[in-house]
Amino acid sequence: MQFIRDILDNVKPNFEKGGKWEKYYYLYEAHETLFFQPNHTAPSKGAHVRDAVDLKRMMVTVIVALIPCLLYGMYNVGVQHFTAAGEAFTFGSAFAFGAIKTLPIVAVCYATGLAVEFVFSVVRKHPVNEGFLVSGMLIPLVVPPTMPLWMVAVATIIAVLLGKEVFGGTGMNLLNPALTARAVLFFGYAKNMSGDQVWTALDGYTGATVLGDIASKSKEQVAELVAAGNGLFSVENLFFGNIPGSIGETSALMCLIGAAILVITGVGSWRIMVSMVLGGLAMGYLVQTFNNGGFGAVPAYYQLIMGGFAFGTVFMATDPVSAAQTNVGKWIYGFMAGFLSILIRVINPAYPEGVMLAILLMNVLAPLIDYFVVNANKKRRLSRATV
Amino acid sequence: MSKSINLRKGFDIKVSGQAKPEVVELASETLAVKPTDFVGYGKPKMLVKEGDKVKAGTPLYYDKSLEAVKYTSPVSGEVVEVKRGAKRRLLEIKVLADKEVEYESFNKYSLPELSRLSEEEIKSQMANSGVWPHIIQRPYAVVANPAHTPKAIFVSGFDTAPLAPDFEVLFAGEEANFEAGMEVLKKLTSGKVHLNVNGQTPKVFAQAKGVEVNSVSGPHPAGNVGVQIHNIDPIGKGDLVWTVSPYGVVQIGKLFLEGKYDASRIVALTGSEVAEPKYYKTYNGASIDKLIDGKLSSKNVRIVSGNILSGEKVAKDSYVGFYDNQVTVIPEGDNYKFFGSFAPTSRLSFGRSLGLLSFLNRGKEHVLDSNINGEHRAFVQTGVMEQVLPMDIYPVYLLKAILAEDFEEMEALGIYEVAEEDFALCEFVDVSKHEVQSIIRRGIDLMLNS
Repeated sequence: MQFIRDILDNVKPNFEKGGKWEKYYYLYEAHETLFFQPNHTAPSKGAHVRDAVDLKRMMVTVIVALIPCLLYGMYNVGVQHFTAAGEAFTFGSAFAFGAIKTLPIVAVCYATGLAVEFVFSVVRKHPVNEGFLVSGMLIPLVVPPTMPLWMVAVATIIAVLLGKEVFGGTGMNLLNPALTARAVLFFGYAKNMSGDQVWTALDGYTGATVLGDIASKSKEQVAELVAAGNGLFSVENLFFGNIPGSIGETSALMCLIGAAILVITGVGSWRIMVSMVLGGLAMGYLVQTFNNGGFGAVPAYYQLIMGGFAFGTVFMATDPVSAAQTNVGKWIYGFMAGFLSILIRVINPAYPEGVMLAILLMNVLAPLIDYFVVNANKKRRLSRATV
Repeated sequence: MSKSINLRKGFDIKVSGQAKPEVVELASETLAVKPTDFVGYGKPKMLVKEGDKVKAGTPLYYDKSLEAVKYTSPVSGEVVEVKRGAKRRLLEIKVLADKEVEYESFNKYSLPELSRLSEEEIKSQMANSGVWPHIIQRPYAVVANPAHTPKAIFVSGFDTAPLAPDFEVLFAGEEANFEAGMEVLKKLTSGKVHLNVNGQTPKVFAQAKGVEVNSVSGPHPAGNVGVQIHNIDPIGKGDLVWTVSPYGVVQIGKLFLEGKYDASRIVALTGSEVAEPKYYKTYNGASIDKLIDGKLSSKNVRIVSGNILSGEKVAKDSYVGFYDNQVTVIPEGDNYKFFGSFAPTSRLSFGRSLGLLSFLNRGKEHVLDSNINGEHRAFVQTGVMEQVLPMDIYPVYLLKAILAEDFEEMEALGIYEVAEEDFALCEFVDVSKHEVQSIIRRGIDLMLNS
């Protein structure tokens, strides 16, 4: 690998202080550090040895956890297309069709997002943050496969700008950038992305999501559908993800695989995931017991596998920067996110997909939750003061 | 009431290069007192000049912010150099040692006489002889002020840091001195003297009487005295607690039993780059050059006075720190690692992010270099520092309060209870590679000077 090192060492002086491309140092650094972990050593006072982990590896772990969702999502885009068109398909043709629809969205998302990151790193003179490696993968997974590419680009740019860079970059942001992108699309281009209709990659073909369907039906009608358990109302279809929807979030099973990776590696907070599921179930039971609309006939555990709940729980709510930071805070944050997700889903027929809004709302409330948790710690300390 | 504390948070860092229990005599030609070892003070005033003859226990300097405490020469000989750095900052006072050490004479007592001594007699003998700087005050972890009376004194009877020396070797035969030292300490506090041990009690503690023996168990940093205080009798605002290392207790005992400042000490030379790690009997402030001469197995190394988590990097021509009973030599990590952020690796890690495989082999002794394995970033990951800090403190909030120089927040979040070493593991595990211990000391300095 010495030749890569040689090339890098050759051009490095141009980017260092006094070099002709001095301004672009962080751009150079971003690329150099992809290949080589730098030769920085610990300062003369402090810990002289350090953990092998760095932010790049942590972010890559999240991306790997997202791959099952991405791969299944590609396949499912093909399956839904051919099913809607009434054509026969093989595993290969479905996957290929899905890949052709999906990969451009991923590419556009990374290209525009990283472009914004690069511009900011040059203008604001800070290192290019690894955070977008994850956001760039999350955004394509939460949009429908029919999303026009230019809308993806606009949403990504706005999300990186307003969701992150205006606050100072990764680590300083209040909102989850990927959810910000989804919110931009949701409110800005509602015609192309709404919670009650769903787009299959077939011209002019739309169908109701299971959530939209339930919201528009009476309790008795839904009860019959759940009892029959076919199509959109089949537990298997919902769990394995054989339903139309946003690219990456239809399959609860793939989300579970991702959750396992995040929890085993310690990168994602199990506290948030568990408490969010508990919150969702709690509200699910309340709905089942008290709601007289369509949702009243839905068993509570359906709520966990319908719509984006599983994906949001595993990948969106657990973003360490925008979530609560204290352990107690994480329990409260997760529970409320789950509880509100179902509440919004059921009570507000205009937004049957409540997970995004619930998590964004809890992102905003997370510092407040932490404030109270940390305050309790301060009070404990104060209570043993002698003067 | 003696307490029994079981700590679960923390992380033991297993490194290769543990010293064999074998002690070798090592004469050092020059020795030095380094005013920089005594953090929190920075106005040293010299009492000798180059060329002066001194004895072991002759004051070399004092600090203008704490004039009562004298810093004395560890051996007899001639002051050969007063080394200053930028802005004439006093770095080292070097003494060329005599063949036979001559001692300044101090008052000598038998053990029963010690309990009849007055606090003033004890304090003045300690402050003038050179043993006083072993007494550290919390809050702030700085040399204590003899004018104060602490609510308790804590001695940590074990060391959980990487490659920590064995107390049985360090303090072999010092039972009587330790007993006398504890006897003296009892006179200095209005409360209790705590001795914290972790299950097996080294012989040296066997004779100590009338002290509170607590049992503390758990992974590092369970052996840190700050962590022990927090879990046994936490420091509140306005509280004052003193801490002394076992070596300090032995030194104090020796001063009163023998009437002289005998700065001899055993230092462990440890680390993966030491060919045969073992113990050396020398004096406080021994020369690093002499200690490592011909004993290293590689060239590009980092020499750390102290342990690798909270020690200080020293040059070959420097000297062992006042508070250190080990010197660790590890490889300098000033090299690039190809795909270092992505390739699977068995390098030691607390977490288990993808490709970090060290958790598969927990018992392995690692060779760790000084590379920080990454780049500086903003705080991103949450909840990890908490897993290695067995204190009821929110580390990231405290660090952010310090960075923001918010005094009230620092106080409310527990700055009085911490020292850098308690946060050493937080620095180790931090994915964003902050200089956590420096930040903590910056916070303490801010509080001290406010």
